[in-house]
Amino acid sequence: MSILHTVNKSPFERNSLESCLKYASSGAAVLLIEDGVYAAVAGTSAEPLVKSGLGKVSVYVLGPDLKARGFREDRLIEGIQVVDYAGFVDLATEHDKVQAWL
Amino acid sequence: MSEVVKKFMYLNRKAPYGTIYAWESLEVVLIGAAFDQEVNLMFVDDGVYQLVKGQDTAGIGMKNFSPTYRTLGDYEVRNIYVDADSLAARGLTQDDLVAIAYEDMDTEEEIENIVEVVDAARVTELMDEADVVFSF
Repeated sequence: MSILHTVNKSPFERNSLESCLKYASSGAAVLLIEDGVYAAVAGTSAEPLVKSGLGKVSVYVLGPDLKARGFREDRLIEGIQVVDYAGFVDLATEHDKVQAWL
Repeated sequence: MSEVVKKFMYLNRKAPYGTIYAWESLEVVLIGAAFDQEVNLMFVDDGVYQLVKGQDTAGIGMKNFSPTYRTLGDYEVRNIYVDADSLAARGLTQDDLVAIAYEDMDTEEEIENIVEVVDAARVTELMDEADVVFSF
């Protein structure tokens, strides 16, 4: 049973991403959306958390949300994949269920 | 018009778009400035993300209010502060932020960029000096 986890909160404001990564099973997918995309940017105090997560789960970031907040893809932590809305739908259908970390 | 000029600080701690706080703050700032009060903007924590340049919201169907920050100088907002620690924790430098120009109507003094990165001690000092703090 493989789950797509979505995280929409900034890692600097809530522990949503931290909890998500703690409880997600190995091989799960984590999609960063809305304010969750800030976790995908390299050089932040949340980078060690995200990098530890990359060893266990696949991490994706929603491109339009990243662009809205002024960050280009060259600012991302290596290993994070960018998806568009169609990619979001693909991820949702490829997994058994979607679990949101609000 | 009231003759009492108070020092207003608008304390911004939220990222734009994810919640309505940033947008609401900007609206209140513009109102406060129109009433000839002394307006100070402080950006700390995720609030620093409000000033990140290059925002493009075409893909998310929301209004891009980022260009409005660059016009704050025209509304006689003279003081805009950004907390250095908050920037550093987010992998950001002043180069990542918009520049906001200001021209003093009386002296014709022109300042290229009034966005000032300050340390925590200065943030404390500025908060103490304010008559009123509006939190967003």
